[in-house]
Amino acid sequence: MNKSITIFVAAVALSSVTTISAGDIIGKITLKGTPPAEKNLPIASDPFCGKLYAGKPIPTTRFYLVDAHGGLADTFVYIKSGLDGKPIPAPVGTVEIDQIGCEYLPYVFGLQTGQKLHVKNSDPLMHNIHVTPSASSGNKESNKAQMAGGKPYEYVFDSPEVFLRFKCDVHPWMFSYGGLVNHPYFAVSSVDGTFKISNVPPGDYVVEAVHRKTHPRGTGVTQKVTVGPAGGKADFSIEVSGS
Amino acid sequence: MDFSDQNRWLHRFAVISAVATWILIGIGGLVTSHGVGMAVPDWPTTYGYNMFLFPPSKWVGGIFYEHSHRLFASFVGLLTTVLAIWLWIKEDRRWIRWLGVLAFFGVVAQGVLGGLRVTLMIDSLGIFHAALAQLFLVLLSIIALATSVWWKKWVMTAKTIPITDSMWTANAFVTFLIFGQLVLGAAMRHQHAGLAVPDFPFAYGKVWPATDPAFLEKINRERIDVMDPNPITAAHIQLHMAHRIGALAIVISAGWLAWRNLRAAGTSAVNSRFAIGLLGLILVQAAFGVFTVWSNKAADVATGHVMIGAICLVVSSLFCLISARCGSVAFTVRAPMDSENGSALSVLQSS
Ligand SMILES: [Cu+2]
Repeated sequence: MNKSITIFVAAVALSSVTTISAGDIIGKITLKGTPPAEKNLPIASDPFCGKLYAGKPIPTTRFYLVDAHGGLADTFVYIKSGLDGKPIPAPVGTVEIDQIGCEYLPYVFGLQTGQKLHVKNSDPLMHNIHVTPSASSGNKESNKAQMAGGKPYEYVFDSPEVFLRFKCDVHPWMFSYGGLVNHPYFAVSSVDGTFKISNVPPGDYVVEAVHRKTHPRGTGVTQKVTVGPAGGKADFSIEVSGS
Repeated sequence: MDFSDQNRWLHRFAVISAVATWILIGIGGLVTSHGVGMAVPDWPTTYGYNMFLFPPSKWVGGIFYEHSHRLFASFVGLLTTVLAIWLWIKEDRRWIRWLGVLAFFGVVAQGVLGGLRVTLMIDSLGIFHAALAQLFLVLLSIIALATSVWWKKWVMTAKTIPITDSMWTANAFVTFLIFGQLVLGAAMRHQHAGLAVPDFPFAYGKVWPATDPAFLEKINRERIDVMDPNPITAAHIQLHMAHRIGALAIVISAGWLAWRNLRAAGTSAVNSRFAIGLLGLILVQAAFGVFTVWSNKAADVATGHVMIGAICLVVSSLFCLISARCGSVAFTVRAPMDSENGSALSVLQSS
C-alpha cells in the first residue's frame, strides 16, 4: 500500500475552452497515491436490504472514490475566509438526501446554515435518521425513525460544521456527511474530481478542500484564490502531502 | 436452617435469574458490538409501539439486537422482582432479604439508565450501563450462592481451611483488578472508535505505539471499516494499551493467588479449586481478548470477551466472599475457647 496519499487540487485551465460565468471558482481534486481497498457493505446482513440487491452487485464503502485520472470525488470545497464585509446571500432551495438501497445518497453534500435539508426514505423498509453533530458545534443531535413511504423530514442547522454526520442505526453502515457553512460558496467534487463554486463576488479568498477520510478532523488543505472583478477565471491549486 | 424443597426452589430461581442476567449482558454486548445502540430511537416505546407488541416483522437489522435486548431485560426485571419478593417472604437471613431489595432497585436503575442512554443520546452513559450490569450480575450470583444448600452446610460445618486474612485481601485485590478491567473495556467499547490497536502482541508493530498527530492521521486515512467508526485518537490508543497492561496484571496476580492457595491448602481444598478455576477462566478470557484483536473486533468474538469477562468477575467475587467466610471460620475454629469468638461462631452458623 502506498503510504502517501496526496490531495492535489490542480488548476484546470478551462478558461480557454469554456466560458466561465462571473466569479466561478473551478478546480479539480486529484488523489495522489494508491488508496486502501474499499470493502463490501454488509448489506445482506439485513435480509430486507439484501433483497433490494438480488442479482446485483453489493455496493462497497466509498471512502476514496477515485477515477482513472486520479480525480477524487466527495471532497467538500468552500470559501474559508475573505467574505468579511461582503453581503451573504440567503440560502436558496432545499438540499435533499435520500435513503435508497440501504445507503444514504449523496454520501457527501454541502449545506448553508439556515438552509432547508430534506431527508427522505425511498426504500420499502424502515430507517432511522440519527444526526450526530460534534459536541462543540452547537447543532442539535436527533434520532428519528422513518417508515417506508413516510414523508421526508426537514432539518435546518444554525451552526457551521464540517462534517455533520447522518447515520442510520438500523443499518450501521449507512452514513451521509454534510459540509455545513454559513454562506453559499461551497461545492462537492464530482466523480471526475472537478468542482465549481458559483457566483463568488470579486475578492481575495482562502479556499479549503476537505476530504472526509484524509481529513478526519474536518481541517483540510487551503489555498489563496483571487476572484477577478469582472468574471475572470479563478484558477487555483492545492496540494497536500500525506505523512 | 431450612433445607426444605421450597428453599431449594428459591435457590434454583436465583440461579436462573443470574444466568438470565448473564445472557442479557451478552445481548447487550451484541448491541454495542454491532454499533446499533441507537437503532430504536424511542424508549420505553419501540417505534411508537408498546414494546411487547412491536411486530416481529419489523425486527430487522440493528433493531433486532436492540429490541431483543429490551425484551430480555424486561424478562430479567420480572425475574428479579419475583426473586426479591420471594426472598422477602421465605428467606430467614435478613442480609439476603435486603440483597433482594437491592437487586430490585438495581434492575430498575439499570433499565432507566439504558433508556436514558437512548433518549438523551449520551454515548458515555453506556459505560455506566455496562459497569452496573456487571455489578448486578455479581449481586444475583451472591444471592444464588448464599441461598444454596452447599453454602449453608459449608458455613455450618465450619471447615478449617488454613487461609489467612492476607489471602482474603489478595483475593479482593484480584476482584478489584478484574472490575477495573471491565470498566476499561466498557470505556473502550463505548468510544465507538473500533479497534484502536489492530495488532497483537505488538502495537502497530512496536512495543509501545506512536500517538503523535502525524501518525494518527496516517492510520485514520488508511483504515477502511464499513462501520466508519470515529477517528482513532491518542486517548483511544492509550486506553487500549492500559487494557492490555491490565490483562497482564490480572494474569500474573491470578497466577500468584492460585499458587498461594495451593501452597497453603493443597489441591483438594475449596479455595484452591476456586483459585485454579479462576486462573483458568482468566487465561481463556485473555485468549478471547487476543482473538478480539486478531478478528478485527468481530462482533461475536468481542461479545464473547464481554461475557467471559463477566464470569471472571462473578467467580472472583464469589471466591472473595467464600474466602472471607473461610478466613473467619478458620479463625473461629482455631480459638473456640474464646468466649467472644464463640459467640461469633454461633452468629456465623445462623448465617
Ligand atoms: Cu437504515
